Amino acid sequence: MHITEGVAPASVAAAGALLTAGGVAMGLRAMKDEQIPRAALMSAAIFAASLVIRLPLGPSSVHPVLNGLAGLLLGWAAVPAFLVALFLEALLFQFGGITTLGLNTITMAAPAVVCYAIFNRPLRRCRQKNTAFLLGMAAGVTALLLSFALWAAVLVLSGKSLIVIVKLALIPHLAITAMEGLFTGFVVSFLFKVYPGVFDLPLTREGGVAP
Amino acid sequence: MSCTTHFAGHTVIHRLDPRPRIVATLLFAVFIALDNPYPVLATGLGVGIVLAMLARLPARPLARRLLHINLFMALLFLTLPTTTPGEPAFSIFSLPFSRVGLHLAAMITLKANAIVLAFTALLGTVELSALGHALQHLRVPDRLIHLFLFTLRYLDVIHHAYEDLLRAMKARGFRPRMDLHTYRSYGSLMAMLLVRSLERAERVMDAMKCRGFKGRFLTYRPFDFHRRDAVFCLVATIVLCLCASLRWALPGGPQ
Repeated sequence: MHITEGVAPASVAAAGALLTAGGVAMGLRAMKDEQIPRAALMSAAIFAASLVIRLPLGPSSVHPVLNGLAGLLLGWAAVPAFLVALFLEALLFQFGGITTLGLNTITMAAPAVVCYAIFNRPLRRCRQKNTAFLLGMAAGVTALLLSFALWAAVLVLSGKSLIVIVKLALIPHLAITAMEGLFTGFVVSFLFKVYPGVFDLPLTREGGVAP
Repeated sequence: MSCTTHFAGHTVIHRLDPRPRIVATLLFAVFIALDNPYPVLATGLGVGIVLAMLARLPARPLARRLLHINLFMALLFLTLPTTTPGEPAFSIFSLPFSRVGLHLAAMITLKANAIVLAFTALLGTVELSALGHALQHLRVPDRLIHLFLFTLRYLDVIHHAYEDLLRAMKARGFRPRMDLHTYRSYGSLMAMLLVRSLERAERVMDAMKCRGFKGRFLTYRPFDFHRRDAVFCLVATIVLCLCASLRWALPGGPQ
């Protein structure tokens, strides 16, 4: 799902970097200084889990992406969180890359923010575990479908002929999306039971619930 | 086991100040990512290889990294020439490989390898927390730096918490299979990891408040700009200028 170094031409990469800079500015403004450790620890948990958890799928297994979950829990702060996580991934494992960092951040974080906008409020109002599961599942699926759309858009903008890569990735990606939906649903319904109020956390800046 | 390690060493590259290294890497990467004629890309790849050799990057991890990106490049070489319309360069089993497609795949491969080599040699060799502080010196917003340093600091801690939880599950007979029970269990594991990280964040914040945290980390590693750093800046500037003049001088370059 990462956009590899060298694929995107300078104009596309620059556009991605600009959008990311804007999103990061929004995200940093939405955080208070006291909230930084919390945002960092949650993003570390999400980042670590997306690297080590393998969900068995047929003869193979898939890693969860968790950007829908990140959006629900972090709101706009998901943008700087993904920037940091993707920078670390580029440094440590060479997933993605330095010139495509902006593009990769946008493909991951923009869907997270969209999920926050759509699903956070219903989730806070929701009173039933099954509804929470469904909302979580919807967030996971939405985030991955949007990510795929953005990823495909970046590839096609980088070169029309790269659409062949998009076509190759479509079916596996749909499988991953289904898994992600289930997984996010289970995480959200567990958090709903065990840690009520966790979905209020992105709001503290706007005078919501105290930390 | 720690997953947040850099390529440690004591070479010339390792001893350089991280700040000019960051700037040089960014400039080099952005320049290479532009549309360049082949000689410029070949020079860039050469620069990357020289840097990797100077930094004495360990062969095996470096090979793994390069393999990782070049598998994707192999996919490009297989798909792009056969699907891009255009004059065929050659054909295998009456499947034409177009010149345009080959050109595109070759460009991307050269760019990617040049950037990855330079990036790994110059930035992969900086200790990660030092990298955070260097970025702070380069006017990256403080909050972003804090986010980076905290994430880095707790990544291993959280990985350990994950292993603890997984061990507890395995001790109770958990075997990953392809069924809802497995997914639900992994979901609970993930959620529990989040709960624990939130609790830890509370404790971290309390501890920091006790110690009078004022929104800025102090570093015990002040950066020194030595003569060798000045030399590095000079060499980097010359290399970049040479590449740039090569790019505009060559017939294939921009008009």
